[in-house]
Amino acid sequence: MCEDCGCQIIDPEHGHSPGHRHGHSHGPGTEPDHSHEHDHGHDHDHRAIEVKQSLLSRNERLAEQNRGMFRAHKLIALNLMSSPGSGKTTLLEKTISQLDSDRKAAVIVGDLATENDAQRLQATGARAIQITTGTACHLDAHMVQHAMEKLDLAELDLLFIENVGNLVCPASFDLGEQKRIVILSVTEGEDKPLKYPVIFHNADLVLLTKIDIADAVEFECERAREAIGQVAPHAQILELSAKTGAGMKEWLAWLQDVR
Amino acid sequence: MMHELGLAQNTLDLALQTASREGAERITVLRLQVGDLSGVVPEALQFALETIVTDTPAHDARIEIERIPAVCFCADCKAEFPADGYVYHCPHCAAQGCELLRGTEMTLISMEVDGNV
Repeated sequence: MCEDCGCQIIDPEHGHSPGHRHGHSHGPGTEPDHSHEHDHGHDHDHRAIEVKQSLLSRNERLAEQNRGMFRAHKLIALNLMSSPGSGKTTLLEKTISQLDSDRKAAVIVGDLATENDAQRLQATGARAIQITTGTACHLDAHMVQHAMEKLDLAELDLLFIENVGNLVCPASFDLGEQKRIVILSVTEGEDKPLKYPVIFHNADLVLLTKIDIADAVEFECERAREAIGQVAPHAQILELSAKTGAGMKEWLAWLQDVR
Repeated sequence: MMHELGLAQNTLDLALQTASREGAERITVLRLQVGDLSGVVPEALQFALETIVTDTPAHDARIEIERIPAVCFCADCKAEFPADGYVYHCPHCAAQGCELLRGTEMTLISMEVDGNV
Protein backbone atom coordinates (compact mmCIF):
# COMPACT_ATOMS: atom_id res chain seq x y z
CA MET A 1 0.00 0.00 0.00
CA CYS A 2 1.25 3.44 -0.86
CA GLU A 3 2.44 5.14 2.29
CA ASP A 4 1.65 8.55 0.87
CA CYS A 5 -2.00 8.10 -0.02
CA GLY A 6 -3.18 4.57 0.66
CA CYS A 7 -3.80 3.43 -2.92
CA GLN A 8 -2.93 -0.16 -3.79
CA ILE A 9 -1.57 -1.35 -7.11
CA ILE A 10 -2.19 -5.03 -7.76
CA ASP A 11 -0.56 -6.94 -10.55
CA PRO A 12 -2.51 -10.20 -10.89
CA GLU A 13 0.62 -11.90 -12.18
CA HIS A 14 2.75 -10.98 -9.22
CA GLY A 15 0.40 -10.37 -6.33
CA HIS A 16 0.17 -7.29 -4.16
CA SER A 17 2.79 -4.63 -4.47
CA PRO A 18 4.92 -4.17 -1.36
CA GLY A 19 4.79 -0.94 0.57
CA HIS A 20 5.95 1.80 -1.69
CA ARG A 21 6.27 5.52 -1.83
CA HIS A 22 5.74 7.75 -4.76
CA GLY A 23 8.59 7.46 -7.22
CA HIS A 24 7.94 10.96 -8.36
CA SER A 25 8.41 14.10 -6.41
CA HIS A 26 5.42 15.84 -4.91
CA GLY A 27 7.22 19.08 -4.89
CA PRO A 28 6.26 21.91 -7.19
CA GLY A 29 7.16 21.43 -10.79
CA THR A 30 6.42 24.88 -12.02
CA GLU A 31 7.39 28.14 -10.50
CA PRO A 32 4.33 30.27 -9.84
CA ASP A 33 4.48 33.81 -11.09
CA HIS A 34 4.91 36.10 -8.15
CA SER A 35 5.23 39.79 -7.68
CA HIS A 36 6.29 41.56 -4.56
CA GLU A 37 4.67 44.60 -3.11
CA HIS A 38 6.72 45.68 -0.17
CA ASP A 39 4.82 47.70 2.38
CA HIS A 40 7.68 49.84 3.63
CA GLY A 41 5.76 51.21 6.58
CA HIS A 42 4.95 47.80 8.02
CA ASP A 43 7.14 46.31 10.73
CA HIS A 44 6.40 42.74 9.80
CA ASP A 45 7.36 43.00 6.13
CA HIS A 46 3.83 42.33 4.96
CA ARG A 47 3.71 41.51 1.28
CA ALA A 48 1.38 40.17 -1.39
CA ILE A 49 2.23 37.30 -3.69
CA GLU A 50 0.49 36.48 -6.92
CA VAL A 51 -0.01 32.72 -7.33
CA LYS A 52 -2.68 32.10 -10.01
CA GLN A 53 -2.49 28.32 -9.84
CA SER A 54 -5.27 25.80 -10.12
CA LEU A 55 -6.13 23.89 -6.94
CA LEU A 56 -5.74 20.83 -9.11
CA SER A 57 -2.34 21.87 -10.40
CA ARG A 58 -0.61 18.87 -8.84
CA ASN A 59 -2.90 16.44 -10.67
CA GLU A 60 -2.59 18.49 -13.85
CA ARG A 61 1.20 18.36 -13.65
CA LEU A 62 1.26 14.60 -13.10
CA ALA A 63 -1.27 14.13 -15.90
CA GLU A 64 1.02 16.02 -18.26
CA GLN A 65 3.89 13.77 -17.18
CA ASN A 66 1.74 10.74 -18.03
CA ARG A 67 0.74 12.32 -21.34
CA GLY A 68 4.42 12.83 -22.17
CA MET A 69 5.22 9.21 -21.35
CA PHE A 70 2.39 7.94 -23.55
CA ARG A 71 3.48 10.17 -26.41
CA ALA A 72 7.11 9.13 -26.06
CA HIS A 73 6.13 5.47 -26.30
CA LYS A 74 3.70 6.15 -29.13
CA LEU A 75 0.84 4.59 -27.27
CA ILE A 76 -2.79 5.70 -27.18
CA ALA A 77 -4.26 5.95 -23.68
CA LEU A 78 -8.03 5.95 -23.34
CA ASN A 79 -9.98 6.93 -20.20
CA LEU A 80 -13.21 4.93 -19.99
CA MET A 81 -15.81 6.38 -17.67
CA SER A 82 -19.37 5.39 -16.83
CA SER A 83 -21.68 4.57 -13.99
CA PRO A 84 -21.14 1.19 -12.27
CA GLY A 85 -22.56 -1.76 -14.21
CA SER A 86 -22.66 -0.16 -17.66
CA GLY A 87 -20.53 -2.94 -19.10
CA LYS A 88 -17.03 -1.41 -19.21
CA THR A 89 -15.20 -4.57 -18.24
CA THR A 90 -17.22 -6.84 -20.51
CA LEU A 91 -16.67 -4.45 -23.39
CA LEU A 92 -12.93 -4.46 -22.74
CA GLU A 93 -12.83 -8.25 -22.52
CA LYS A 94 -14.49 -8.54 -25.93
CA THR A 95 -12.53 -5.67 -27.44
CA ILE A 96 -9.11 -6.97 -26.46
CA SER A 97 -9.87 -10.44 -27.76
CA GLN A 98 -10.96 -8.94 -31.11
CA LEU A 99 -8.06 -6.55 -31.66
CA ASP A 100 -5.71 -7.20 -34.54
CA SER A 101 -2.97 -9.54 -33.37
CA ASP A 102 -0.30 -6.99 -34.16
CA ARG A 103 -1.79 -4.45 -31.71
CA LYS A 104 -0.81 -4.90 -28.09
CA ALA A 105 -3.14 -3.60 -25.42
CA ALA A 106 -3.00 -3.37 -21.66
CA VAL A 107 -5.52 -2.23 -19.07
CA ILE A 108 -5.34 -0.25 -15.87
CA VAL A 109 -8.58 -0.71 -13.95
CA GLY A 110 -9.77 1.16 -10.87
CA ASP A 111 -12.23 0.01 -8.21
CA LEU A 112 -12.63 0.75 -4.51
CA ALA A 113 -12.12 -2.91 -3.71
CA THR A 114 -11.52 -6.38 -5.21
CA GLU A 115 -9.22 -7.50 -8.01
CA ASN A 116 -12.10 -9.01 -9.96
CA ASP A 117 -11.85 -6.80 -13.01
CA ALA A 118 -8.09 -7.15 -13.46
CA GLN A 119 -8.39 -10.91 -13.15
CA ARG A 120 -11.14 -11.03 -15.78
CA LEU A 121 -9.10 -8.89 -18.13
CA GLN A 122 -5.89 -10.79 -17.46
CA ALA A 123 -7.70 -13.88 -18.75
CA THR A 124 -7.84 -12.29 -22.22
CA GLY A 125 -4.06 -12.47 -22.33
CA ALA A 126 -3.52 -8.77 -21.87
CA ARG A 127 -1.63 -7.21 -18.98
CA ALA A 128 -4.17 -5.83 -16.52
CA ILE A 129 -3.17 -3.82 -13.49
CA GLN A 130 -5.72 -3.25 -10.72
CA ILE A 131 -5.80 -0.08 -8.66
CA THR A 132 -7.86 -0.49 -5.50
CA THR A 133 -8.45 3.03 -4.33
CA GLY A 134 -9.78 2.22 -0.89
CA THR A 135 -12.14 5.16 -0.66
CA ALA A 136 -11.35 7.36 -3.64
CA CYS A 137 -14.27 7.56 -6.05
CA HIS A 138 -12.16 8.33 -9.10
CA LEU A 139 -8.72 7.62 -10.51
CA ASP A 140 -6.21 10.41 -10.57
CA ALA A 141 -2.94 10.93 -12.40
CA HIS A 142 -0.67 9.80 -9.59
CA MET A 143 -2.48 6.47 -9.18
CA VAL A 144 -2.21 5.90 -12.92
CA GLN A 145 1.47 6.82 -12.78
CA HIS A 146 2.01 4.14 -10.11
CA ALA A 147 0.23 1.54 -12.24
CA MET A 148 2.22 2.51 -15.33
CA GLU A 149 5.39 1.49 -13.49
CA LYS A 150 4.18 -2.12 -13.69
CA LEU A 151 3.79 -2.04 -17.46
CA ASP A 152 6.29 -2.20 -20.29
CA LEU A 153 4.98 0.84 -22.15
CA ALA A 154 7.42 0.34 -25.01
CA GLU A 155 5.65 -2.82 -26.14
CA LEU A 156 2.11 -1.35 -26.00
CA ASP A 157 0.01 0.29 -28.69
CA LEU A 158 -3.16 0.83 -26.64
CA LEU A 159 -3.72 1.46 -22.95
CA PHE A 160 -7.29 1.24 -21.69
CA ILE A 161 -7.84 2.95 -18.35
CA GLU A 162 -11.10 1.71 -16.86
CA ASN A 163 -12.05 4.38 -14.34
CA VAL A 164 -14.01 3.83 -11.14
CA GLY A 165 -17.73 3.51 -11.93
CA ASN A 166 -18.97 7.04 -11.28
CA LEU A 167 -20.56 9.64 -13.58
CA VAL A 168 -19.51 12.60 -11.44
CA CYS A 169 -15.96 12.78 -10.10
CA PRO A 170 -13.81 11.19 -12.80
CA ALA A 171 -14.72 14.11 -15.06
CA SER A 172 -12.54 16.45 -12.99
CA PHE A 173 -9.34 14.41 -13.04
CA ASP A 174 -7.10 14.40 -16.05
CA LEU A 175 -5.13 11.15 -16.19
CA GLY A 176 -2.99 12.08 -19.20
CA GLU A 177 -5.25 10.26 -21.62
CA GLN A 178 -5.46 10.89 -25.33
CA LYS A 179 -9.24 10.44 -25.52
CA ARG A 180 -12.10 10.35 -23.05
CA ILE A 181 -14.79 7.75 -23.63
CA VAL A 182 -18.07 7.78 -21.69
CA ILE A 183 -20.17 4.63 -21.72
CA LEU A 184 -23.96 4.79 -21.27
CA SER A 185 -25.94 1.56 -21.24
CA VAL A 186 -29.57 1.29 -22.34
CA THR A 187 -30.74 0.38 -18.85
CA GLU A 188 -29.74 3.79 -17.54
CA GLY A 189 -32.20 6.02 -19.34
CA GLU A 190 -32.00 8.47 -22.23
CA ASP A 191 -31.72 11.61 -20.08
CA LYS A 192 -28.57 10.68 -18.17
CA PRO A 193 -26.40 12.97 -20.34
CA LEU A 194 -28.57 15.91 -19.24
CA LYS A 195 -28.32 14.84 -15.60
CA TYR A 196 -24.54 14.37 -15.70
CA PRO A 197 -23.55 17.07 -18.15
CA VAL A 198 -19.94 17.63 -17.10
CA ILE A 199 -18.69 14.12 -17.83
CA PHE A 200 -20.59 13.93 -21.12
CA HIS A 201 -19.52 17.42 -22.17
CA ASN A 202 -15.87 16.41 -21.88
CA ALA A 203 -16.27 13.14 -23.78
CA ASP A 204 -14.63 12.61 -27.17
CA LEU A 205 -16.71 9.48 -27.76
CA VAL A 206 -19.93 8.21 -26.17
CA LEU A 207 -20.64 4.49 -26.42
CA LEU A 208 -24.28 3.40 -26.06
CA THR A 209 -23.97 -0.18 -24.81
CA LYS A 210 -26.20 -3.24 -24.31
CA ILE A 211 -28.28 -2.23 -27.34
CA ASP A 212 -29.37 -5.85 -27.67
CA ILE A 213 -31.81 -5.25 -24.80
CA ALA A 214 -32.85 -1.71 -25.76
CA ASP A 215 -36.36 -2.84 -26.74
CA ALA A 216 -36.83 -4.84 -23.55
CA VAL A 217 -36.19 -1.71 -21.46
CA GLU A 218 -37.92 0.64 -23.93
CA PHE A 219 -34.79 2.69 -24.46
CA GLU A 220 -34.95 5.04 -27.44
CA CYS A 221 -31.50 5.53 -28.91
CA GLU A 222 -32.60 8.63 -30.82
CA ARG A 223 -33.64 10.42 -27.63
CA ALA A 224 -30.30 9.53 -26.04
CA ARG A 225 -28.49 10.91 -29.08
CA GLU A 226 -30.45 14.15 -28.79
CA ALA A 227 -29.55 14.47 -25.12
CA ILE A 228 -25.89 13.84 -25.86
CA GLY A 229 -26.07 16.36 -28.68
CA GLN A 230 -27.29 19.03 -26.26
CA VAL A 231 -24.49 18.76 -23.70
CA ALA A 232 -21.77 17.36 -25.96
CA PRO A 233 -22.31 18.52 -29.55
CA HIS A 234 -18.74 17.61 -30.45
CA ALA A 235 -18.82 14.03 -29.19
CA GLN A 236 -18.91 11.04 -31.54
CA ILE A 237 -21.55 8.44 -30.69
CA LEU A 238 -21.44 4.70 -31.36
CA GLU A 239 -24.05 2.09 -30.44
CA LEU A 240 -23.00 -1.47 -29.68
CA SER A 241 -23.59 -4.70 -27.86
CA ALA A 242 -20.52 -6.45 -26.48
CA LYS A 243 -22.70 -9.55 -26.01
CA THR A 244 -24.08 -9.95 -29.53
CA GLY A 245 -21.29 -8.17 -31.37
CA ALA A 246 -23.58 -5.54 -32.92
CA GLY A 247 -21.65 -2.34 -33.61
CA MET A 248 -18.33 -3.84 -32.50
CA LYS A 249 -16.91 -3.48 -35.99
CA GLU A 250 -17.35 0.31 -35.92
CA TRP A 251 -15.88 0.51 -32.41
CA LEU A 252 -12.83 -1.53 -33.45
CA ALA A 253 -12.44 0.68 -36.52
CA TRP A 254 -12.50 3.74 -34.26
CA LEU A 255 -9.77 2.15 -32.15
CA GLN A 256 -7.76 1.46 -35.26
CA ASP A 257 -7.98 5.08 -36.42
CA VAL A 258 -7.66 6.92 -33.12
CA ARG A 259 -4.65 9.24 -32.90
CA MET B 1 -18.43 17.75 0.84
CA MET B 2 -16.53 15.07 -1.03
CA HIS B 3 -13.63 16.75 -2.72
CA GLU B 4 -13.40 20.07 -0.95
CA LEU B 5 -11.13 18.57 1.70
CA GLY B 6 -8.71 17.31 -0.93
CA LEU B 7 -8.84 20.66 -2.71
CA ALA B 8 -8.30 22.46 0.59
CA GLN B 9 -5.22 20.32 1.19
CA ASN B 10 -3.92 21.13 -2.30
CA THR B 11 -4.53 24.83 -1.60
CA LEU B 12 -2.68 24.69 1.69
CA ASP B 13 0.23 22.76 0.16
CA LEU B 14 0.50 25.35 -2.62
CA ALA B 15 0.32 28.22 -0.14
CA LEU B 16 2.89 26.74 2.24
CA GLN B 17 5.33 26.00 -0.59
CA THR B 18 4.97 29.57 -1.85
CA ALA B 19 5.38 31.04 1.62
CA SER B 20 8.43 28.90 2.21
CA ARG B 21 9.98 30.00 -1.05
CA GLU B 22 9.32 33.62 -0.13
CA GLY B 23 10.96 33.12 3.24
CA ALA B 24 7.76 34.20 4.96
CA GLU B 25 6.79 33.31 8.50
CA ARG B 26 3.05 33.69 8.38
CA ILE B 27 0.29 33.58 5.80
CA THR B 28 -2.28 36.28 6.53
CA VAL B 29 -4.61 36.15 3.53
CA LEU B 30 -5.55 33.49 0.97
CA ARG B 31 -7.54 34.64 -2.05
CA LEU B 32 -9.29 32.03 -4.17
CA GLN B 33 -11.64 32.05 -7.14
CA VAL B 34 -14.31 29.38 -7.45
CA GLY B 35 -16.45 29.24 -10.56
CA ASP B 36 -20.16 28.56 -10.23
CA LEU B 37 -19.80 25.55 -12.52
CA SER B 38 -16.58 24.22 -10.99
CA GLY B 39 -18.46 21.68 -8.87
CA VAL B 40 -16.87 23.18 -5.76
CA VAL B 41 -19.10 24.50 -2.99
CA PRO B 42 -17.34 27.68 -1.75
CA GLU B 43 -18.67 27.36 1.80
CA ALA B 44 -17.46 23.77 2.02
CA LEU B 45 -14.03 24.77 0.74
CA GLN B 46 -13.92 27.64 3.23
CA PHE B 47 -14.85 25.31 6.08
CA ALA B 48 -12.31 22.70 5.02
CA LEU B 49 -9.53 25.29 4.79
CA GLU B 50 -10.36 26.78 8.18
CA THR B 51 -10.17 23.29 9.63
CA ILE B 52 -6.82 22.23 8.23
CA VAL B 53 -4.79 25.44 8.69
CA THR B 54 -4.54 24.76 12.42
CA ASP B 55 -0.92 24.50 13.58
CA THR B 56 0.41 25.72 10.23
CA PRO B 57 1.87 29.11 9.20
CA ALA B 58 -1.60 29.81 7.76
CA HIS B 59 -3.50 29.28 11.00
CA ASP B 60 -4.56 32.95 11.21
CA ALA B 61 -5.14 33.47 7.51
CA ARG B 62 -8.22 35.28 6.29
CA ILE B 63 -9.74 33.17 3.53
CA GLU B 64 -11.42 35.12 0.74
CA ILE B 65 -13.30 33.15 -1.90
CA GLU B 66 -14.60 35.04 -4.91
CA ARG B 67 -17.38 33.34 -6.86
CA ILE B 68 -17.10 33.56 -10.61
CA PRO B 69 -20.45 33.45 -12.44
CA ALA B 70 -20.60 31.19 -15.46
CA VAL B 71 -20.60 33.04 -18.76
CA CYS B 72 -20.94 31.66 -22.27
CA PHE B 73 -19.68 33.01 -25.55
CA CYS B 74 -21.46 32.60 -28.88
CA ALA B 75 -18.96 32.37 -31.72
CA ASP B 76 -21.69 33.18 -34.25
CA CYS B 77 -22.99 36.52 -32.98
CA LYS B 78 -20.19 37.27 -30.50
CA ALA B 79 -22.63 37.69 -27.64
CA GLU B 80 -21.77 36.83 -24.06
CA PHE B 81 -24.58 35.51 -21.91
CA PRO B 82 -24.98 33.90 -18.50
CA ALA B 83 -24.60 30.14 -18.71
CA ASP B 84 -27.72 28.33 -17.59
CA GLY B 85 -26.68 24.89 -16.39
CA TYR B 86 -24.77 23.03 -19.05
CA VAL B 87 -26.87 23.41 -22.15
CA TYR B 88 -25.59 26.37 -24.08
CA HIS B 89 -27.89 27.86 -26.68
CA CYS B 90 -27.41 31.52 -27.55
CA PRO B 91 -30.44 33.54 -26.38
CA HIS B 92 -29.73 36.15 -29.06
CA CYS B 93 -29.29 34.12 -32.22
CA ALA B 94 -30.29 30.61 -31.08
CA ALA B 95 -26.95 29.09 -32.10
CA GLN B 96 -26.26 25.82 -30.35
CA GLY B 97 -23.11 24.43 -28.81
CA CYS B 98 -21.72 27.68 -27.42
CA GLU B 99 -18.63 27.46 -25.26
CA LEU B 100 -18.13 28.41 -21.65
CA LEU B 101 -15.97 31.48 -21.21
CA ARG B 102 -15.80 31.59 -17.42
CA GLY B 103 -17.20 29.67 -14.50
CA THR B 104 -15.14 26.55 -13.92
CA GLU B 105 -12.28 28.17 -12.05
CA MET B 106 -10.77 26.72 -8.92
CA THR B 107 -7.70 28.82 -8.41
CA LEU B 108 -5.47 30.16 -5.69
CA ILE B 109 -5.15 33.68 -7.05
CA SER B 110 -2.91 35.33 -4.50
CA MET B 111 -1.84 35.39 -0.89
CA GLU B 112 -0.42 37.78 1.66
CA VAL B 113 2.39 36.92 4.01
CA ASP B 114 4.49 38.56 6.63
CA GLY B 115 7.51 37.87 8.74
CA ASN B 116 10.84 36.43 7.71
CA VAL B 117 12.31 33.03 8.51
